[in-house]
Amino acid sequence: MTTASIPAAGGGRRQPTRLRRAVRRNVTAYGFLCGALICFGFFSWYPMVREVILSFQKTNFVDPPRWVGLENFRTVVNDPTFGPAWVNTALFTVLALVCGYGIPFVAAIVLNELRHARAYLRFVVYLPVMLPPAVSVLLFQWFYNPDYGLFNQVLDLFHLPGLQWLNSTSTALISLVIVSTWMNMGSGTLIYLAALQTIPSELYEAAELDGAGLFKRIRHVTIPQTKLILLVMLLLQIVATMQVFIEPYLLTGGGPENATVSVVYLMYQYAFNFGNLNAGNALGLMLMLLLMVFSAIYLRVSRDNTV
Amino acid sequence: MSDTTVMPDRSAETPASPARHERRGQWRPRKPMNTQFRTAVSPHQLNTARGRIIYWIVLVIVVVSFTAAFVFPLYWMITGAMKSTEELNAIPPTFLPSHFSLDGYLEAWDLLGLGTLLGNTALYAGGAWLLTLAVDVSAAYALSKLRPALGKVVLALMLSTLMIPPMVIMLPAYLTVQDVPFFHWNLLNTPWAIWLPAAANGFNVFLLKRFFDSIPRELLEAAEIDGASPGRILWSVVIPISRPILGVVSILTVVNVWRDFVWPLLVLPDSDKMSVSIGIASLSSQMPQNVLVASLVIASIPTIVVFFLFQRHIMAGLTAGSLKG
Repeated sequence: MTTASIPAAGGGRRQPTRLRRAVRRNVTAYGFLCGALICFGFFSWYPMVREVILSFQKTNFVDPPRWVGLENFRTVVNDPTFGPAWVNTALFTVLALVCGYGIPFVAAIVLNELRHARAYLRFVVYLPVMLPPAVSVLLFQWFYNPDYGLFNQVLDLFHLPGLQWLNSTSTALISLVIVSTWMNMGSGTLIYLAALQTIPSELYEAAELDGAGLFKRIRHVTIPQTKLILLVMLLLQIVATMQVFIEPYLLTGGGPENATVSVVYLMYQYAFNFGNLNAGNALGLMLMLLLMVFSAIYLRVSRDNTV
Repeated sequence: MSDTTVMPDRSAETPASPARHERRGQWRPRKPMNTQFRTAVSPHQLNTARGRIIYWIVLVIVVVSFTAAFVFPLYWMITGAMKSTEELNAIPPTFLPSHFSLDGYLEAWDLLGLGTLLGNTALYAGGAWLLTLAVDVSAAYALSKLRPALGKVVLALMLSTLMIPPMVIMLPAYLTVQDVPFFHWNLLNTPWAIWLPAAANGFNVFLLKRFFDSIPRELLEAAEIDGASPGRILWSVVIPISRPILGVVSILTVVNVWRDFVWPLLVLPDSDKMSVSIGIASLSSQMPQNVLVASLVIASIPTIVVFFLFQRHIMAGLTAGSLKG
């Protein structure tokens, strides 16, 4: 009754009220938004713009900034570690995909079949994700110690020769991939597990009636049904692993012989060790443009498939 | 051999019965495996004798390997902190510490000043939590329910920040914190350097707005007709019914700040302002191994406790954004 009387009352003097209402609504709305606008403006939007500007400038924070065109990019590209940094980052990303993408998916498929200990297994696989990354990385630094680390002790138990792990150019990068996979695979596993549980059982039944064996059912039902989430996770993981920093920063310092320098690590070094912030920005801009391609595909995929 | 797949449920159980009778027990016939959720493995196969054997073998392998991969390192860490340096270097390693003592932990607490570091981190996480809730909830409410002019543009700009790799804008963001435009404040070594950027979180706004969108309009209109102001509606109608999503956002925020490494590394260089991850990392090379390991254990206790308490919220937050894209 009361709700019905309101539009009728408003209908008489509609124009001024509606305008005033719209103004008031907007003022209140922006009142509620102002905190977010300040935070986003200063710490997200402005840095985004500034990243681009600084790449083409020379600043030392005393004199006014100078426009230098592509000089920063030239500095970075001519750096002898530039090539290794990109190669290592790409290699790290590929290796992390092989481990960190395949293992969680297989683990999720297996977990989905189990009828016991599910809560325990889900809890356990996510446990490393909850540790602060610095803790996981420093823990593995200890495990990797060639003299008294856990890994060589385990190898010794099986009478296998110990490895140099982080100290050798051939194993350093893969050692970083192992830490990274260990501490990140929990979230992938649980996301895949959630996706697997949405697959309608009729599909498996139909495939079974058609005579499809277990592996054919996985290949023709499970994978197509989780295609979207697999693609999304692939893109997210590429974007995340291309930004690898903490592992080389804490474990190897880019060594041995630049075998583990990553792009972000080099960027950090330019800014804080080499005192050339602008070159660091230029390098960051290159990475940003590359990663935005993946992000754009990701957005496209997820938007086209959102409910 | 595996033609049994097409068999109906009951006949599939018959071949299993001889094996069952061998081991006599009151509670047989055994209850069939829970096949409520049909998965890739056929429920009929699963309930044959062979299926059950394979199932149990796989289960044992999975449980053992997961425990070895994810629990054993933590066990090694917790016990490693109780061993002396000589014992840590001993070959072969000892599975249990030769004597139980918490000295490593006490030493770590004193040497690294873990009390201060943990206090700092709690301050950063707590403040970020409050500020994020205040800022992002009101922003999402404005965008979802008040629908101002250009609201869609603002939302698009906020979501666009999700596309920017955070590591890349780290340097310009650092410069902003060092010298905030217009105000010329230097926020380095202050909690604000953590709190303000934490509130600029597009994912939180996205989650909250999507939840608010699902609140029926009639509910808010009823409150409006009763004369409630938008602020009042937010406080007494929207927030009480949004508790699940507020829980998710809260935990994500606290856990992210607690786990973050690179940002606090840049903006909190003072050793008495550091967060616990940075503090430990910066002193790691100077510490005896057992003290370092003890400090790692102490640093991970808070997040593990949070995980124990809020497991469901954390897992909900994990799938909240990804499943619907």
